[in-house]
Amino acid sequence: MKYITDFRDNSIARSLASAIEQEADPKRHYKLMEFCGGHTHSIHRYGLPNLLPKNIEMVHGPGCPVCILPIAKINQAIALAQIPNIIFCSYGDMLRVPGSNKMTLLKAKAAGADVKIVYSVDNALQLAQNHPNKKIIFFAIGFETTTPPTACALIKANQLNLRNFFIFCNHVLTPPALEALLQQEKGSVGLDGFIGPAHVSIIIGSRSYELIGQKYQKPIVISGFEPLDLLHSILLLVKQLNENDCKVENQYTRAVNSAGNQKSQQIMQETLEIRPLFEWRGLGAIPYSALKINKQYERFDAEKNFVIPETAGHEHKGCECANVLRGAKKPTECKLFAKVCTPENPLGSCMVSSEGACSAVYSYGRLRN
Amino acid sequence: MKAVAGLTKKRKKFSVPLDYKHGVIDLSHGSGGRAMSQLIEEVFAESFDNEWLAQKNDQACFSIKSGRMVMTTDAYVISPLFFPGGNIGSLAVHGTINDIAMAGAKPLYLSASFILEEGFPLNDLQKIVKSMASSAKESNVSIITGDTKVVERGKGDGIFITTSGVGIVPVGVHLSGNQAKAGDHVLVSGYMGDHGIAILAHRANLEFETTIISDSAPLHHMVASMIEQVPSIRCLRDPTRGGLATVLNEWAEQSDVGFYIEESKVPIRVEVRSACELLGLDAMYIANEGKLVAICPAKDSNLLLGIMREHPLGKNAAIIGEVIADSYNLVQLKTNLGGMRIMDQLTGEQLPRIC
Repeated sequence: MKYITDFRDNSIARSLASAIEQEADPKRHYKLMEFCGGHTHSIHRYGLPNLLPKNIEMVHGPGCPVCILPIAKINQAIALAQIPNIIFCSYGDMLRVPGSNKMTLLKAKAAGADVKIVYSVDNALQLAQNHPNKKIIFFAIGFETTTPPTACALIKANQLNLRNFFIFCNHVLTPPALEALLQQEKGSVGLDGFIGPAHVSIIIGSRSYELIGQKYQKPIVISGFEPLDLLHSILLLVKQLNENDCKVENQYTRAVNSAGNQKSQQIMQETLEIRPLFEWRGLGAIPYSALKINKQYERFDAEKNFVIPETAGHEHKGCECANVLRGAKKPTECKLFAKVCTPENPLGSCMVSSEGACSAVYSYGRLRN
Repeated sequence: MKAVAGLTKKRKKFSVPLDYKHGVIDLSHGSGGRAMSQLIEEVFAESFDNEWLAQKNDQACFSIKSGRMVMTTDAYVISPLFFPGGNIGSLAVHGTINDIAMAGAKPLYLSASFILEEGFPLNDLQKIVKSMASSAKESNVSIITGDTKVVERGKGDGIFITTSGVGIVPVGVHLSGNQAKAGDHVLVSGYMGDHGIAILAHRANLEFETTIISDSAPLHHMVASMIEQVPSIRCLRDPTRGGLATVLNEWAEQSDVGFYIEESKVPIRVEVRSACELLGLDAMYIANEGKLVAICPAKDSNLLLGIMREHPLGKNAAIIGEVIADSYNLVQLKTNLGGMRIMDQLTGEQLPRIC
């Protein structure tokens, strides 16, 4: 815990804030995107925006696993959960994300589907062992951070020869999303640089971003989730921009190295393969941006073992989630924000998860002067 | 036909005593027959032991002095039933006593209603009831009436307890959540979040090692000395479900004010902070069962703080912030880092973070 409090030290925060103030060129504007929802959450939870000079603008990126799943996938999850004799396991945040017709996993649960909140895929694996007469489906979502545990579960289920354990795999990849974002943006959003993911980078390593940084001439600073990490990373980004640099810098050196976690990468390769195309909310269909279970492990693949309806999901007409996820709009620029779309009645996914930009701004940031 | 007189001797009331070692609740314990009488006499009346229960009526009659009374009720449905620092029984007594105490009142009598699930171990029931009895005794209140129902297996979660209570409000005391005024100070009686984290740590599938024990405790003695010596106290509430943040948001709306709270002044144990870090939770929203939040005029806050700190249940009390004028009724938090943010009401349950 001491290790954590060190990264929340008030006096260091103030000196970093004044270093940023001194470094920032008052004649220019800095638009920095934090890719990760975890960063968005930290920035608002610690009240960082009012420690930064006015010409440094932080915008949110697509790095919230709950937010980027398209409505069609939520519909499919609900359909799976409603199959008789299934225990459908999901992370808690997913339960409140609305699919079509405002249906949610939570409502499906109230109507009789056996939906359980789990804290990790291990809980689901345990349920499969404890309930041999039931079929257990785990709703696997998330970036590279939550993928290695899914890979582990596949290997373990194989070793245990489980016949009743399945994974609905929706894991997505960070670098292709970052590239798609930059490709689509073409300067329209005016992003100057990126705060790179923390936990994701532990797995994939800092070198994974180098090609993108060079190709699009954008500085990327990989940052820890603590407030001092973030302030330090913002300072490093501002310095790079002032010097017209576009390096991948690693601020989170206590956890991230260049090559990443080899063991995790190896088990992901052993069990999963890259999908040719995957639909993202906000960014559309991105080639080679998600993972599915490979042939060797397909007996655990929910997509291979159950009939999953192909559904079309239509976003709410006024919902700006797609633009918010690309950094093109701020949550407060959405007409629905805090009026009809609130955490109690979320119309878009960004309002549901605590890592969602709209939820973070709603919960922490509605300060009026 | 005449009744047969003179069976040989007075029959033993219950031929076989309850088997606390292996026995479980079955549907007959709720049927109204002999099995139910035995359960009530041997488990409940035996432990709660008082003149009202001894009369074996369906209600308890008692006299009161004139004045204002307070009445409250609360249902307890928790998992796990036993946790470090207490169990559902002690919690059901403390919780209702505290709801009475937060009106500044002296709690007098409680009722207890039990919904038992078929198959529930008698041994656990006895432990829970004994712990209720000793909690009530320590707090100088009596459990004077009650009810028992048994539901079929699968239709309950072991045991549900509802306790109601009545108490007397001292003359001149009038506490309510709508009395906070801009400039008032906000105090808490000790560390926030202990109970919720103690419970979470012992939930199946979320087990992690911790030394945190629940803070479950009756607060009425401390409250009595607080209101006696600082009669200007305006609001009291125990931050149970939803924690400190929820109480402040409720008061903000009731009193049409805002709050300015300093994160660095809110006492939270390192162990609770660590557990919250691990699970991605915020201690400001975690339940307490032996703490209170108080609002009083700024000029009296140091006096009140001293009185709270003199009591064992308030020794870590702190002044954490103040009431401000704000028509939007927001609770603003100055973070440890010096940033500002709002501390909003929760939507549903706090959920552990994904990554």
